[in-house]
Amino acid sequence: MSDHDYRPKSKVGQWFNDRLPLLTLANHLTDYPTPKNLNYWWTFGGILTFCLITQIVTGLTLAMHYIAHADMAFESVEHIMRDVNYGWLIRYIHANGASMFFLAVYIHIFRSLFYGSYKAPREIIWIIGIIIYLLMMAAAFMGYVLPWGQMSFWGATVITNLFSAIPLVGEGIVTWLWGGYSVDNPTLTRFFTLHYLIPFLILGLVVLHIWALHVPGNNNPVGIDIKKPSKDTVPFHPYIVIKDGFALLMFMIVFAFFVFYAPNILGHADNYIEANPMVTPAHIVPEWYLLPFYAILRSVPDKLLGVVAMLSAILILAVLPWLDTSKIRSAVFRPLYKQFYWILVADVLILGYVGAMPAEGLYLLIARVATAYYFLHFLVILPVLGFKEKTLPVPLSITEPVLGGSPNLAAARNKESKIE
Amino acid sequence: MKNLFKLFSIIILIITLNPNSFAAEKVEYLKTDWSFKGLFGKFDRASLQRGYQVYTEVCASCHSMKYLSYRNLAEPGGPEFSEAQAKAIAASFEVTDGPNSDGEMFIRPGKLSDKFVMPYDNVKAAQAANGGAYPPDMSVLVKARGGGVDYIYSLLQGYEEAPSNVSLDDGVYYNKYMYGNKIRMAAPLSDGLVEYGDGTNATVEQMSKDVTTFLMWSAEPHLESRHQMGFKAIVYLIILTVLVYFSMKRIWSRVESEV
Repeated sequence: MSDHDYRPKSKVGQWFNDRLPLLTLANHLTDYPTPKNLNYWWTFGGILTFCLITQIVTGLTLAMHYIAHADMAFESVEHIMRDVNYGWLIRYIHANGASMFFLAVYIHIFRSLFYGSYKAPREIIWIIGIIIYLLMMAAAFMGYVLPWGQMSFWGATVITNLFSAIPLVGEGIVTWLWGGYSVDNPTLTRFFTLHYLIPFLILGLVVLHIWALHVPGNNNPVGIDIKKPSKDTVPFHPYIVIKDGFALLMFMIVFAFFVFYAPNILGHADNYIEANPMVTPAHIVPEWYLLPFYAILRSVPDKLLGVVAMLSAILILAVLPWLDTSKIRSAVFRPLYKQFYWILVADVLILGYVGAMPAEGLYLLIARVATAYYFLHFLVILPVLGFKEKTLPVPLSITEPVLGGSPNLAAARNKESKIE
Repeated sequence: MKNLFKLFSIIILIITLNPNSFAAEKVEYLKTDWSFKGLFGKFDRASLQRGYQVYTEVCASCHSMKYLSYRNLAEPGGPEFSEAQAKAIAASFEVTDGPNSDGEMFIRPGKLSDKFVMPYDNVKAAQAANGGAYPPDMSVLVKARGGGVDYIYSLLQGYEEAPSNVSLDDGVYYNKYMYGNKIRMAAPLSDGLVEYGDGTNATVEQMSKDVTTFLMWSAEPHLESRHQMGFKAIVYLIILTVLVYFSMKRIWSRVESEV
């Protein structure tokens, strides 16, 4: 960040920039030295920004036509689908956009886990990220309630009821959340209000997330600190801009496929039945992106402990920088961690799978084992691994050969396909 | 590019892991060739018009379709009746309107802007007339059932004698595709039940296909423009992606690194 002394060339530019240094900021963003070995897993930050903006723009349009009332919400959604010009397109982008958003955020989080991006000096970036993720889950959950279908209603009932597990005040809190004695119109209107608010909170946090990122700069697949700017870096524009753009376009093709050819495949059919408090659906399942946590919740026999386990599963991530005791960031140089990493990925996918199945018999057993392993990974394996693991020698820079002729250079080159 | 391949395999893995693919009931539905499936899928106009006939002559006596208006019948992408035909269809229904300047409700013939007339005044009336079971509104029915069109198509043809170990109450029928196999609706179709204007033989299979096609349109009235726009959007994105790929290669050729 040697660009604080940047001066615009034009008179007007100088006049403006002296009063509000936006052009200095733009200059910083353009020149921002970025490691040149970033792979495609690093493009998901940009993709996520795109997802957020898409959700906000389509959401604003939907809000102009949607009616947040228990008697009219379902009908107003059908009105959007039928009579609003391109309403079907906007709604399908918004509904599938939520799934795309989560798909991207999971890739983004697991990239960070693989390359140790959460470690010093990037803990604050990571923690802001976890808060964003929590807010995303809240926004997605409340958004799913708005069409006021059967899954909306019963999902809202199940999730808000979780708060009744809190001793003494639980029941009171649930009544307070509902604004009544069951999920009803007051619940719908407050969920709509919050669903409208949260994306802007996320937007603010994203600014902080990027700000915090620009202090130490990006981590990279080799996971070493690099000199900036140097032979190891490229300016953000045009190198990273075009690469992120290319990846974003690939992502948009997948996105478009869902919107135009399978717009309802990620949703539940029951949500096209208007909410009916008298009829409970056979299976109440959340959206796919919440399933792993749903599995953890149901795998604990006690309601309160189940809620605690579910929340811990997310909050444990916030202390991850201190649970992982290894000094080496990238899994490329951590042969044991790399294996445990993939086991964790499989574990989370298994949790997602059993979360969609009825909580009984073999499924319940699998859910319990997978839940136990999830916590074992973070609470035992990671701290111990930092002390026990024999890591591979790490190169000193991205471009320079490794000091002492590390046997690992070839491996790093193959893995990350970049070292010259 | 190896990473990209990995990335896409994971995306596909996650897609196949979506809850619907597990939740699907393990019943083999009857299959037919739906004209509206696939990249360029379009509705079969004649089938939609016949389907409307089946709906209005058979289903509509119990099932409402409250999100549709008569004007929809003449809109592009649907049955595409001529405006005159749609007006005539609307006029054949009696609509309660009002209050007029005397404060009285009055009956008038339907207009294009009217919603489809409901068979019952309210849910309670519908239940009372159907032994306690509410005939669901059909506007979005195919989207509200797990198997979609295949499920509805099969259900209409799934009536058979109950196996000896199943006992049925009065007014309950056996249907091998219904969830739990018990259904409150008597078999609605029988061969020759309607007389098609275009001379098509009105078998149960044919009527099931036509009315299901009609229900798909009523649930997704913009399906055709969605498919058309989708194809253009994806082709556009692919071309742009290829162009950006080559620009990226060119820009990155200035540094000693691979993309």
